[in-house]
Amino acid sequence: MNDFQKELVSNLRKFCESSIEPHMEHDDHEGKFRMEIFRGLGEFGVTGVTLPEEYGGAGLTYLDYSLILEEIARTSVPYAVTVSVSGMVQSILQEFGNKDQKEQYLSELTSGKEIGAFALSESHAGSDAANLKTTAKKVEGGYVLNGTKMWITSGGIAKTYIVMARSGGEGAKGVSAFIVSDGMKGFSFGKAERKMGWKTSPTRELVFDNCFVPEENRLMDEGQGFKVAMGGLDKGRVAIGAIGVGCSQRALDEAIRYSLTRQQFKQPIFDFQGLQFMLSDMATETEASRLLVQSAAISIDSGSANSKLCSMAKLKATDTAMKVTTDAVQVLGGVGYTSEYPVERFMRDAKVLQIVEGTNQIQRVVIARHLKKEYEHHA
Amino acid sequence: MWFFTPEEKEIQKVCRDFAQNELAPFAEKHDNEESFNLKAFKHMGDLGLLGITADPDFGGSAMGATAATIVMEEFGKACAGSTLSYLAHTILCVNNLNSNGSLAQKEKYLPKLISGEHIGCMGMSEPEFGSDAVGMQTKAVRNGDFYEITGNKMWITNAQYADVVYLYTRTGPGKKDLTTFIVDKGTPGFSVSKEIHKMGMRSSPTGELSFDKAKVPVSNRVGSEGDSLTHMMKNLEIERITIAGISLGIAQACLDQCIKYSGERKQFGKNLANFQLIQKMIAEMYSETEAMRRMLYTVCYEFDHGNKSNNLASAVKLQLPKMATKIALDAIQLHGGYGYSREFPLERMMRDNKLNEIGAGTNEVMIMIIAKNLLKDALRD
Repeated sequence: MNDFQKELVSNLRKFCESSIEPHMEHDDHEGKFRMEIFRGLGEFGVTGVTLPEEYGGAGLTYLDYSLILEEIARTSVPYAVTVSVSGMVQSILQEFGNKDQKEQYLSELTSGKEIGAFALSESHAGSDAANLKTTAKKVEGGYVLNGTKMWITSGGIAKTYIVMARSGGEGAKGVSAFIVSDGMKGFSFGKAERKMGWKTSPTRELVFDNCFVPEENRLMDEGQGFKVAMGGLDKGRVAIGAIGVGCSQRALDEAIRYSLTRQQFKQPIFDFQGLQFMLSDMATETEASRLLVQSAAISIDSGSANSKLCSMAKLKATDTAMKVTTDAVQVLGGVGYTSEYPVERFMRDAKVLQIVEGTNQIQRVVIARHLKKEYEHHA
Repeated sequence: MWFFTPEEKEIQKVCRDFAQNELAPFAEKHDNEESFNLKAFKHMGDLGLLGITADPDFGGSAMGATAATIVMEEFGKACAGSTLSYLAHTILCVNNLNSNGSLAQKEKYLPKLISGEHIGCMGMSEPEFGSDAVGMQTKAVRNGDFYEITGNKMWITNAQYADVVYLYTRTGPGKKDLTTFIVDKGTPGFSVSKEIHKMGMRSSPTGELSFDKAKVPVSNRVGSEGDSLTHMMKNLEIERITIAGISLGIAQACLDQCIKYSGERKQFGKNLANFQLIQKMIAEMYSETEAMRRMLYTVCYEFDHGNKSNNLASAVKLQLPKMATKIALDAIQLHGGYGYSREFPLERMMRDNKLNEIGAGTNEVMIMIIAKNLLKDALRD
């Protein structure tokens, strides 16, 4: 890390420890999201990290962004996720939006005044997203949307939604992308999911019942929706990977601290070789994941994102987060299983990192596709 | 298993029906509310399950580790939390009292515990003595016809509901100066000091017991002073075996649910079952579950035929819970977003099973024990 990054991360840690940490246990229990915390992150300057300054962003690199997400995730995986999803919406708007769309929507998202959300999945279209059923019927001056989106992170708390809907025939080519704002007639929120983790980050259904969306809210041309959706993938994967690293790091910190103070058989449990092996593996895997995430982030910063590396980073960092948090609960034993310590919360939060932003099965499929291409090419 | 006796097969059938009708439908509710399914527990008494290993003279069924493990597996498929409470009552309290109590103690306590009128728990761990349980500091000091007991017991399953505590205490400074007592609810100086909120097993109440000069009559001492270690050693195996049974139930339930879902869920125009990655997950879940099932019930069979092995019981306790956590995590993964939501029982099963890697001796303690047994001679120098 350079001096700027060191200072940024150190200040951010202070902010997270004083403003987020004290609420997390309680809010996890209650399933409560606090807009003031998100806006606080906005004032700190980390809700529009990679956007250029002309749109109110911080103009930083994806490497900086990965450090920032890691740091927020060390305190709260759900807030890091809210930041990253909103960040993905911003980069989609920046890349695919026209001038008016950028001017209208970006600054309130980069400043953290409002939250952005991304709506692709449906009950029968998860990994197979191109099979989505929500329709966008062309009418005078715009489109009428009908259908239900599922598993929408920040559903209900976000103001700006990028919604994928079918304006044409079957398959990916029939999908268009729309900007939908909270409060539009015919747009409402369905059931809130009750989940194993990520309890402070609401996940809801979005219901479109004859919702009219004006033409100027379409992103790109008709049928370009999937291109828009896929355009954010690499960045989204690196972001989830970075959150996975933060999640692992916190679990590791808790496990080491605890094992240095907890005495059994008249010595700190850290001094047992069995624990040393576990902790060393946890630390090594965490560091390996961090380096992989950072190397994928650097590829994005270089202007030609390495998609294989981005998938590998997501896969490795989130599988590691699951393993390291599970082991951290094990190191803490009985107290690790209770809500008096945060490790069980991080373990519950880690699991869905293996599912969102392309399940880890899908990442393996993507990696294999790259491998095949590379080897066939060289053969 | 092919070697189950007709009696054991009958228990399996009765428990499977009971679990599907009386445990499974309420498991989610009790998990959400962190509440105890008392009605089902009482009904286990009517079915004669609460004293499954106990002497028939006191209402027990005098069955072995195989039968007890079958109950754990069947209940564990439906609601692991209720099963853990059943285990704490039937194995940790009733079974210990049955094998170590005096005739008078058994006559006084067992019938009500076995009928389900009373609920039992066991007190061993303390805040500062978990894996190192033998270092416990809860003191019992003799004063005439009574002992005065002072200290705290942590992680006590059924604490809030227990009428009877099977309690381990320290009566002297030496490693072996541990003495067992039966403590009644309502004993002056004895209270349940706090409820513990957990990641899983939320339908099984866990609390801390506080003793502040609690007056317990000498007649409630189990055996003589210094007998606790002998008591503990007697039943360690069955405790480890039966808790592994809960993990087997969880693994089997996860596998069953994955097979069902793979035939229902369509992506890319095909049932999930058509994808090789899904086939791999299911084939591995099956192989692991069957390997563990056969290991577990073989160890049960040997146990019931007079070959108690501390090492095998520890190996079972190490392997089954570890395997079930892995299988439950994979089952969530196979179900994607649905697996992570509470619409399916998988995320609960995963949270529940994690406890089995910690309770009744952590994985690490099992490793210590197995290594110590295997390396006895090698460790001499």
